[in-house]
Amino acid sequence: MPNNLFIYPFLLGILIMLVIIAKRFSKWFIGLSKIDKIRVWKKLRTKNTIYSIREALLEGLLHHKIFKKNPVLGYMHMSLAFGWFLLIVVGHIETIYYYGSISFPFYMPVFFRYFVTGHEFYLSRFFAIIMDFLLLMVLSGVTLAYLKRFLKQPFGMKKTTRLKPGDKIALTSLWCIFPLRFMAESVSAGIHHNGSFLTQTSGNLIEHILPLNAIHTPIWFAYSTALGFFFVALPFSRYMHIPTEIFFIFLKNSGIKLKKHVNTYSQVQVFSCSRCGICLDSCQLNDAGIRNTQSVYVLKKIRDKKLTDEELFNCLLCGKCQHDCPVDIELNNLRITQRIESTLQYNSSYDYLKETKAEKADIVYFAGCMTHLTPAIKKSMVQIFDHAKLNYWFMDEDKAPCCGRPLMQAGQYDAAEKLILNNQKKILDSEAKTLVVSCPICYKVFNEDYSLPGIEVKHHSEYLLELINASKIEVSPLQQTVIYHDPCELGRGSGIYEQPRELLQHTNTLIKIKNEKEKSYCCGGSLANIKIQMDERYKIKDKAVENYRSYNPDILATSCPLCKKTFARDGKLAVHDISELIWMAIEKNEMEKLELNEQLAKVTNPEQFWELEEVPIQD
Amino acid sequence: MNTQKTIVTIGAGIAGIESSVALSKLGYRVILVEKDKTIGGKINNYYHLFPNNRPAVDIKNYMDEQCRIHDLTIYKNTEINKVQKKGERFSVTTSNDDILKADALLVATGFEYFNGMQKEEYGYKIYDNVITSIDLEEKLRSGKQITTAQGKEPKRIAFVHCVGSRDEKSGNHYCSRLCCITGVKQAMELNSRFPNSLVYCFYIDLRMYSMEYESLYRSAQEKFGIQFIRGKVSEVSENKEGTLQIKAEDTLSGRPLRMEMDLVVLLVGMVPGQGTEKMKSVAALESNSHGFLESNDWQLHKNSSSQPGIFLTGACNGPMSIDETMEHARSAAFEVHTYLQNHSKHE
Repeated sequence: MPNNLFIYPFLLGILIMLVIIAKRFSKWFIGLSKIDKIRVWKKLRTKNTIYSIREALLEGLLHHKIFKKNPVLGYMHMSLAFGWFLLIVVGHIETIYYYGSISFPFYMPVFFRYFVTGHEFYLSRFFAIIMDFLLLMVLSGVTLAYLKRFLKQPFGMKKTTRLKPGDKIALTSLWCIFPLRFMAESVSAGIHHNGSFLTQTSGNLIEHILPLNAIHTPIWFAYSTALGFFFVALPFSRYMHIPTEIFFIFLKNSGIKLKKHVNTYSQVQVFSCSRCGICLDSCQLNDAGIRNTQSVYVLKKIRDKKLTDEELFNCLLCGKCQHDCPVDIELNNLRITQRIESTLQYNSSYDYLKETKAEKADIVYFAGCMTHLTPAIKKSMVQIFDHAKLNYWFMDEDKAPCCGRPLMQAGQYDAAEKLILNNQKKILDSEAKTLVVSCPICYKVFNEDYSLPGIEVKHHSEYLLELINASKIEVSPLQQTVIYHDPCELGRGSGIYEQPRELLQHTNTLIKIKNEKEKSYCCGGSLANIKIQMDERYKIKDKAVENYRSYNPDILATSCPLCKKTFARDGKLAVHDISELIWMAIEKNEMEKLELNEQLAKVTNPEQFWELEEVPIQD
Repeated sequence: MNTQKTIVTIGAGIAGIESSVALSKLGYRVILVEKDKTIGGKINNYYHLFPNNRPAVDIKNYMDEQCRIHDLTIYKNTEINKVQKKGERFSVTTSNDDILKADALLVATGFEYFNGMQKEEYGYKIYDNVITSIDLEEKLRSGKQITTAQGKEPKRIAFVHCVGSRDEKSGNHYCSRLCCITGVKQAMELNSRFPNSLVYCFYIDLRMYSMEYESLYRSAQEKFGIQFIRGKVSEVSENKEGTLQIKAEDTLSGRPLRMEMDLVVLLVGMVPGQGTEKMKSVAALESNSHGFLESNDWQLHKNSSSQPGIFLTGACNGPMSIDETMEHARSAAFEVHTYLQNHSKHE
């Protein structure tokens, strides 16, 4: 048996890593609430576990979400992760074949070509080819990773994350592992002729230039050291995301939700960030020159406990990064939780709101503060309610209470909670079955943070569509072309994409655009950002308006008062809320009916009826 | 050889006319180009002028008379589409495809009123009883009865100051300077028509920068009983009967306010006029961060633009009152004169 001291760096490294990871995982698990622990435990024994394993493989190894974003970037991640995984798996099978049993030292597959010196065994040639192929695959990934550091464009990324010293050690050792393995296996192949198309060829070449026997053990030692370094550095680098992500997938699939305070589940999410930097590109703060507050940086700062308010609060919470995140981290809620944690809670009093009493009605209408600042929306909604003869209570007509969402976004949880409880009581007291809201910001909080059993919460874009479908209102086409702007809180925030579009198709011609639905712009007006300057907001808005104008629509339609207000400021595009368009279409329909009646009144002879000029009436 | 020199003045508002008249008196040939079918510009919209309540029509008549006496060439319904400099001279292409040759250009393209609809929270064009100071002036000028949309006499009237001025949200950080005194003038005017009415002015701070303005502000309070409340109006909503409810904050007493009003008047600010915007691209004139045309030298040559031979007069350079505009116009004429004199020496 040759001197095998060189395996110790690897052994030591992997041992330290496993101990640290085990410690962290158990700490995280213990930190979960009792109910959450039971959730995990119960779900473990269902087929949910199979889904989790499947997802862990699909995401952790194949990176299919990154593939969707950019195939080159996806291949890079896949060849590294999946290639390495297969090297381990196939390496083990090879060793089992060699030994004819499963009892062998566990480091054996890692250093197989050092120890197994050319003995022919069953399928040995075949394994050599496979192993060489897999090594080649990993090496190609490593090469792409080298290139990515210098050229970002082919990877579909304009920016790449900045590295900290801890990551540099891990990254450097990771980059060394496979070239060193290649070198070590080549040297072994040069000596023992146990390689295949890759390592044997290079081994034969090296034989001519280097003293193979002299460098044989040292090069394997270098390989083992690189592995050891990587394993020790892993828990302290961004590569901690690899084990954490798997843990996160299990917890997530058990149905655990983020809380309004920092706990170990939020920590797991923070540590699951691979710092791939995909979230950087879609961030619209780039348009305003803000480049240090994006999710990847904020998560890193949370991990390092170096987060400043400036970074935490300079975010629109538009949710674009969350949509792009290949790991599915709840970036918006994570940030809100962090904001609640980092903010001094003001002891606001909203006692004056208790004075107003609820009115009994079928429908409660909640316009929201922003809608009060865009009264065209409010007026349209009230006119539509009256027109359809609905029994509604305009809850915030007079003393308008806030829904609580802006306070929640600002981290003022206690104040938000007071408003929520007050509003909740009134809504329930009204004994209504439906709550109609005009503002997506309110919509989100009513759905997520209120407890309103038996009451359906509907944004007016959903509700107006229902009214049309139930023939409670009739509309006539308005003959204009529109672009629909998805508000962040309604679209990405609440998944309402189709209803507003369907509604618009009743009245207007909808232009399909590239940046819509999940990819929709944020208007820049978001209440969630309390650090951004006005001129920076304008830059974000201008970019979106510029894009919309390139489609040359008659109208920019939206379903959020804040988006409307932000875009209307520009004056370059006619901006209307969806409710205004519907009211216009109802008025038009009424006019047409009136005209038809007048024409009918003129007809004295019933036979003349068929000679009437055709009047466009919607059926 | 002054008679050979030609100046093209763009805009026949009071700045354009007064400076053209002055240049005409100095012996130059002046061509006035006006985009509208009438001359006088914004002076046509006003009823009485502050601080002395003089009828605006006086100024209009004076302008008409001056144009007639000096026999100014005026192209109405005409815009400037192209400005080219050939050597020392300018070649100006109009919207009628005429090409005017000039030795100097005088830009008098003026301002526009801030569009009240951009502050949707005040409900302009949504609620019938919300009007702008310009609408009110027009009502006063036309001599029609002033009523609410429901045909009633307004009993409670609110003036909202700084609509589109000093307002980060509308993107206009500057003070339009004249709305404060316009508000005081109009408040007094309405109060004298409806002596039983309550008139409120909601302001950030009042900028009474002339001696006479301050006196007016004083008598508005003492003689007319107009209430000045320091605080911006946040929103206006409509009651069922068509009256308005405004929400504001009285920042002196530190209390939120909710008040019923019959009429709300928005004191809209001044923004660069369409013609001013056009001159930026047509004549490559630089503008300041507020969008008005930039003076080459703020202290010494206020009338010089960023381009030699092109001069500025009136509110294209920034918000200014009628008296200030007249001075600005005359100094512009002198600047043009000096420029042309220096150039003829070199020739």
